[in-house]
Amino acid sequence: MREEWGRLVALLLAQFRRLDLVEDALGDAVEAASRTWPVDGVPANPAGWLMTAARRRVVDRLRTEAVAARKQPMLLTDAERHQEGARTMADSGSLVEDDVLRLVLMCAHPALAPEAAGALSLRLVLGVPTADIARLFLVPEPTMAARITRAKKRIVGAGIPFAVPDAAVLPDRLDTVAQTAYLAFTAGYAPGTGPDLLRAELSGEAIRLARVVLGLRPDEPALVALLALMLLQHSRRDARVSDGRLVLLADQDRTRWHHDEVAEATRLLAAPCLAGPVTPLTASYVLQARIAAEHATTPSAEETRWDRIVGLYDLLLRVAPSPSARLARAVAVAEDRGAVAGLDALEGLEIPDSHRPAAVRAELLSRAGETDAARAAYDQAIAACRNDVERTFLTAQRDALG
Amino acid sequence: MKYLVLLIGDGAEKPWPEQTDSEQAAAMAKFGEFDAACAAREGVELLAGEALSGPSDATVMRTAADGRVALTDGPYAEVIEGMGGFYLLEAPDLDVVVELLRILPPYDIQIHPTVDVTP
Repeated sequence: MREEWGRLVALLLAQFRRLDLVEDALGDAVEAASRTWPVDGVPANPAGWLMTAARRRVVDRLRTEAVAARKQPMLLTDAERHQEGARTMADSGSLVEDDVLRLVLMCAHPALAPEAAGALSLRLVLGVPTADIARLFLVPEPTMAARITRAKKRIVGAGIPFAVPDAAVLPDRLDTVAQTAYLAFTAGYAPGTGPDLLRAELSGEAIRLARVVLGLRPDEPALVALLALMLLQHSRRDARVSDGRLVLLADQDRTRWHHDEVAEATRLLAAPCLAGPVTPLTASYVLQARIAAEHATTPSAEETRWDRIVGLYDLLLRVAPSPSARLARAVAVAEDRGAVAGLDALEGLEIPDSHRPAAVRAELLSRAGETDAARAAYDQAIAACRNDVERTFLTAQRDALG
Repeated sequence: MKYLVLLIGDGAEKPWPEQTDSEQAAAMAKFGEFDAACAAREGVELLAGEALSGPSDATVMRTAADGRVALTDGPYAEVIEGMGGFYLLEAPDLDVVVELLRILPPYDIQIHPTVDVTP
């Protein structure tokens, strides 16, 4: 059913243009199915059954509205009918009209706040339950439900179309889709306040979103590179935590990595569509993926080619400079050229509200034999850390200084 | 849908008085191009559009609960200090509006849908 969700939402939207009714109607249809199918048996065409049931509900609601409130503004106005004409004109003709692609582009529209776009995409395209989306983004379920409702209202109110844009702006819009998927992905790995390990599993939904879009636009460079990056990062999920404790990359049991996902990512990185000139966003995904691939394809931590990783970070900082990339580069420099060189690379680096620069500084000071300075840096990192698993780890490191 | 488009700031564009004659002519040409593109686009209609005089000519009118009217000079807030003009246009959706507005000089722009309140 979950596989069909986005397609059904898209088909219903294409027909009725009523975002406010479509999702409820489909939800009602699924609920009805869960009551009647166990008794009457599963119909020969389950998706068709759901579509018919949902369509009937939308029509009922439209009829009620038409009778009860002539004043109530309908979405399907003359302007909307104009839209059909304008759209057909705008489409270059080279694009296949695809309802699911229209749905994805509507949910991940740049006029929506990125987190709202992410939540809405998971909800409408993939049918992820609101409770799971709330846990992924670390907010209470009613907050997430309200956020999704607001985003849907904004789509109608601001006039965000259910349409494939002009070919000239489509690459930009697909970049936004990629950014939306990656935001949802990283949310699952973001340091939270508790040891909720299932959140990493929820990151898999973002991978599913990328796959849906790639199913429609197979050679889209940003999404090919992003899928490779996410697969590589996600492949380590089972080895990251052991008995509720965080396991560092070097200490992870590499047999627990998902090597089939690593292999798929490696194939993706060799795709011809990434060989030519790409957007800065795509380039940054490719470089991050290549860094992750260096780790993922090395048999043991000792054999890691840190020199190559430093080189890739140098390129990444040129394409997409960021404090977190600088931090990661400093770690790689320390592995390649020693703790003192790493500390030099860290010089002046700060990330607001993050314990990570202090944690890395502490580790490198400890390696350089500066125990007192290391202890002070650990104290600073522990004070700033809001994740239980990581704080436990940092405290253990500090206490081990003796 | 009907949209009010407010050109609220110069953005990446050099302020009008600092522009050379040829720069001003180039900006004016873009406005002409925008008008033509709106006219050519199905489902789009420019209902109104004006340039605004300087903020020092603006007046803010406030009416107190007792009906007393107070007038002050200048714009309502600093954020619209630089508002240079507006359009009212009919367009199928936000994407069409944004696509057309890309023709204009790179101002900061607010796009605000109107609502129908006629009974």
